[in-house]
Amino acid sequence: MQVSIDEIRSGHKPAIARAITLVENERRQIWPLLKELFATSELASLVGVTGPPGCGKSTLVEKLVAGWLEEGERIGVIAIDPSSEFSGGALLGDRIRMDGISSEPEVFIRSMATRGYLGGLNPAIFDTVLILSAAGYDRIVIETVGVGQNEIDIVNLADTTLVVTMPEVGDEIQAFKAGLMEAGDIFVLNKADHPRVNRMELVLQQMLELNSSGEEQEFPRLLKTIATRGEGVDEVLEAVGDHRLKLEKSGDIARHRKQVMRRHILHLLEEKVREQLIDPLLQSEDFKQILDQVVKRKADPYSTAEDLLARLKSADQQREEVNLSHEN
Amino acid sequence: MAEKNIKVLIAKPGLDGHDRGAKVIARGLKEAGMEVVYTGLRQAPEDIVNAAVQEDVDVIGLSILSGAHRQLFPVIMEKLEEAGREDVLVLAGGTIPDKDHDELHDLGIKAIFQPGTPIEEIVDFIESELGAA
Repeated sequence: MQVSIDEIRSGHKPAIARAITLVENERRQIWPLLKELFATSELASLVGVTGPPGCGKSTLVEKLVAGWLEEGERIGVIAIDPSSEFSGGALLGDRIRMDGISSEPEVFIRSMATRGYLGGLNPAIFDTVLILSAAGYDRIVIETVGVGQNEIDIVNLADTTLVVTMPEVGDEIQAFKAGLMEAGDIFVLNKADHPRVNRMELVLQQMLELNSSGEEQEFPRLLKTIATRGEGVDEVLEAVGDHRLKLEKSGDIARHRKQVMRRHILHLLEEKVREQLIDPLLQSEDFKQILDQVVKRKADPYSTAEDLLARLKSADQQREEVNLSHEN
Repeated sequence: MAEKNIKVLIAKPGLDGHDRGAKVIARGLKEAGMEVVYTGLRQAPEDIVNAAVQEDVDVIGLSILSGAHRQLFPVIMEKLEEAGREDVLVLAGGTIPDKDHDELHDLGIKAIFQPGTPIEEIVDFIESELGAA
């Protein structure tokens, strides 16, 4: 499977799609392409959308994307759904609610499964952002179900984060105990035609006030929408625009992008360490015996981990010496 | 975790409003470890092909109960070829009379699963077809 950089740059959808498949499945093979794309592309503007299941995220995304399209933007959407812990499969259903935009020529929608990545965010998601940026999409929306740590990592990637909720999602503590309250720049209370919307609005206002420093602040902002009818969507579009301006004026965008890069380097490093050092170790016959020793309580797991680390380090040193002697 | 998952698009072309079968298949394939994109009811052929291209799926499962398969399936197959994705494994399911099967096979639809087909049979078929590719 070969993908050409020129085809990605020219926005050829099958090539973009194939490149994303490669970052999901054939990571070693795709690194050279990613290096080149990174060197020659600016990252698009990133909007994260999260919130509990069924609160209307995909419907809101559809309406927001339609708004940005009218302004002449090209939009990428990454819709993330969880992988099953049991089978490894996933049901990716966000496209159902994006019918109105899914065949627009200036839109590219890709559904991705979380794939239970160990050690944080699946690096394939950042790499997909990079590919879509290189393909000329001005803005990329990352939509994710707002439950669990993985989702907070995705939110951390976005320049602007929308937290979507609705009336009756449970009591106030439950609604936001995952730490989403700190993550949101814009809170969207969707399904605002629900009879209990005022109560939920009050709860959200109070929680946002508790989190703030007391001074009058532009963000986080709380807005109400009825996404199915498009009501309140213009205000959300405006708020995303205002937030972007604020990030640029204050210089926060540079600080944020620095954090994003720091995290991505760490994720890639972890990926390589796992692939080249830890996985071969776990598959070795030796490791099975060591594990047996621990199970039989002839060794403890702490000393075992220290021993294994020492072994990895010394193997690495030997490799370096071999390399040096080759160079000489 | 970078192992290859088979990616499937389950699509409902045409105007019938019943997707219980499609959902049962989607869920069954998910439980067999596949990543399944479901796009909902009443999809036009171009919507299905657009989704298949952007999602870069290995398999498309077309579920149809309306009887319009002889009109819609040729358009879908043609558009897939235009998009350069004639390599996708296309399967069909639903109420498709036996007498139409040959015609659909000739279009390039690899298998037609009638109501009552066990999920395992579909999973095995997909795995063996993709394994052989």
